Amino acid sequence: MSSASLTDNRTVDVDRLVDRKLVLYFYLASLTYLFISMLGGLLMAFQLIRHNPLSGIEIFSPGRWRMVHTNAIAYGFLANALLGSMFWAVPRLTLRPVLSRLLSWFIFIAWQGVVLATAGGILLGQAQGLEWGETPTWIDPVALLGLALVVLNFLPSIVMTKGPLYVTLWYFMAALVWTFLTYAMGNFMPEYFVSGSAAGAVGGLFIHDLVGLFVTPIGWGLMYYFVPILLKKPIWSHGLSLVGFWGLAFFYPLQGIHHFLYTPIPMFLQYGAVISTIAVELVVASVIINFFGTLRGSGSAFITNLPIRWFYTGMIFYFLTCLQCAFQTTLTFQAIIHFTDWVVGHAHLVMFGVFGLWIQGIMTYLMPRLIGHEWYSRRLCEWHFWLSAISLAAMATDLIAGGLVQGHVWRALLPWDVSIEASMPFWVVRVFTGLGMFAGQIVFYVNIYRTFQLAQQGAPEAAPAARPALVGA
Amino acid sequence: MLESKGSVLVVAGLFFFGLAFVSNALVPALMYKDLPEKTAEQLVTANLRYQFEDLARRFPESFEKHVGQAPPDGPEKEQWLNDRCAELLRIGRKVYTGEACWHCHSQFVRPVSGESRRWGPVSQSWEYQNELQRPVLFGTRRVGPDLSREGGRRSNDWQAVHLFKPTLLSDGSVMPEYPWFFEGSPDKPNLRGLGLLTYLQWLGSWLPSYPYYEEWTSAHLPEGVEPGAVDQGAIDAANQGVTGDGDAEPEAQPDSQSAPQDNEAGQDSSGEAKPAEPAVSEPAAESPPAGATPESTTEPKPTDPKPTEPSPEPAPAEPAAGEVPAEQPIEGDRPPAPDEPTVQFSPWGPFFRQEVA
Repeated sequence: MSSASLTDNRTVDVDRLVDRKLVLYFYLASLTYLFISMLGGLLMAFQLIRHNPLSGIEIFSPGRWRMVHTNAIAYGFLANALLGSMFWAVPRLTLRPVLSRLLSWFIFIAWQGVVLATAGGILLGQAQGLEWGETPTWIDPVALLGLALVVLNFLPSIVMTKGPLYVTLWYFMAALVWTFLTYAMGNFMPEYFVSGSAAGAVGGLFIHDLVGLFVTPIGWGLMYYFVPILLKKPIWSHGLSLVGFWGLAFFYPLQGIHHFLYTPIPMFLQYGAVISTIAVELVVASVIINFFGTLRGSGSAFITNLPIRWFYTGMIFYFLTCLQCAFQTTLTFQAIIHFTDWVVGHAHLVMFGVFGLWIQGIMTYLMPRLIGHEWYSRRLCEWHFWLSAISLAAMATDLIAGGLVQGHVWRALLPWDVSIEASMPFWVVRVFTGLGMFAGQIVFYVNIYRTFQLAQQGAPEAAPAARPALVGA
Repeated sequence: MLESKGSVLVVAGLFFFGLAFVSNALVPALMYKDLPEKTAEQLVTANLRYQFEDLARRFPESFEKHVGQAPPDGPEKEQWLNDRCAELLRIGRKVYTGEACWHCHSQFVRPVSGESRRWGPVSQSWEYQNELQRPVLFGTRRVGPDLSREGGRRSNDWQAVHLFKPTLLSDGSVMPEYPWFFEGSPDKPNLRGLGLLTYLQWLGSWLPSYPYYEEWTSAHLPEGVEPGAVDQGAIDAANQGVTGDGDAEPEAQPDSQSAPQDNEAGQDSSGEAKPAEPAVSEPAAESPPAGATPESTTEPKPTDPKPTEPSPEPAPAEPAAGEVPAEQPIEGDRPPAPDEPTVQFSPWGPFFRQEVA
């Protein structure tokens, strides 16, 4: 761990600082929720092509499962995986354990309780009318308390670090504060304090900040941590790292209202959101340049090193999705694509194509270290990658194209049925792309399970020559 | 300095977040603080009360079982009906959010993409200043149509059957079935069903254009009337409503442009849904803002007898907005009348339209 010796001359066994079992449990929980979420997505996809096998059963209502789908992704899959990764990275960067091992496990258990209660509440029809925050209102204070405990657990060890902080810790520190504030603002303000257009503005801010101030900074923080380790060289430009962080911190929170353009929310606020959205794309470009500058000279790692391939594929998707965002947020595009599957395609591109790929790349890197055995099969790892990446790219393309068709059918003022019939081919393709992503996950689960078995049997590791290294470290 | 813990925590973490919160959340909240937020009780208008009492007439057993028995005529009955109506609005809103209706149906009409021609007047802020928009249900996706002007467009019977099994009324609908709003058949809605029906009929009941009917083709427009002219009148009327405290006085808004248009498509069946002598004895709360439509220039609509046959030429059957009279059998698919050509729209066919004999 080179970053350790930079700040501290003492030798610290960083492995002792990390509770590997906890990280593994977070990852397994995360993958479990991803599985449940994908089932929910498939149910809705089958409903839309009129082949819902569970039609008319209340507990399998596609609408409720649609909300489970998004919430399980945000709070089950992403939150668990990001927290687990933070439990791996933060002690290694600060050279200190987190505040309390007991608290860490309590957070793990409590957070699973929050997520399961959310899913249960939604399935029983208690959802709150806030997109990405459908958590029933009675769970919101508990979830907020959980987030406060997360802050309490991580922040002391970061703050106590001597000397300058590494980039990753800027992102983590800010994200801890932002996530808490975002959750409080989004779940309480439009429910109890304001209504109507003002509530819409807060709701847009919440949707946006949840991605921009919780998932994005932790995701990029992890990239700044894992990429230099895997490539065995520092990040290309420290200056660009600064631009990326401060640009995100300033511009990202200002964009929430771009989710509700052409609503009764005051027009000058809508213009402001559009302008800051376009501004942040320049910041994004600087971060992408920084990371591809880092890759320069090690390009072969993109092919041979699986985690690096996951990460950089995710970054390519990140650049595409942000480029798309700069266009789609303009009022010109909005007139056509708002309300269509274009936005759904965009959401999948961000949530799975970027953060999903990064997380699965991190898991590909860490799982052998957590389980204590090299991967059962590199070939299955390859299948996992290609099924996920290709299916996701196909799904996003399909939905974005379908959205354009829907938008134009609507603008032509054709009867509503026409837009449904026009969507049908795209929705059929979407089912198959979804099944492709699902298959990728199944392959991943099988691989993890077989690796567990090998570790338990104590099978010897294959000779390095026979089994090419999965990771650079 | 840019890398210090203090600046990351305080400037990036707190200050920038606070800046965005103030500019993007507090500013609109302060801008609308003078628009009073209505309670569900204040949302019960004559338009809604008419639909609510219609529920009681169409589903008498279910209504009595789940909502109760109205007291004998008199002020007590008025109060009882208003209270129950508000209560069912709240229940309906819970069902609407709990079932994720708002994830496939938006509730706002944008000023672009011809939406005001399809859905009705462009949405205004005052329309959302009420208890049932906490949090606001703008929505971000339209798999199905926008619902913000849905109230009154279709009868309670239609809505009930459609919720029970959408494909009975709407061929090719991808909407899920909701049999759990009913006790076995569409004529027996339970409390959730009654609440949702009330909520659906409420949507748009505050507008002068209620109930709004879209125009698909210019064939129905009288000569000399530009498509879209009706919208401008309605927008102006809605703007009138927002200037004050959002609680517009019912004042006449003569709008010559929009006058001839409102009685065209789809009115044949709505005439059936609205008898000439409605049972509403008194407009319940305040009158809805009146404006662009000719019927409402002097009085709220439900007390205004409608011509039984407003259009000399009944509109052709439309697959999207077709309505079924209450007498239609609800079990099984409705066979097309023998002499009625089945029109199927296919975007993949030539000119987006195929006629099947």
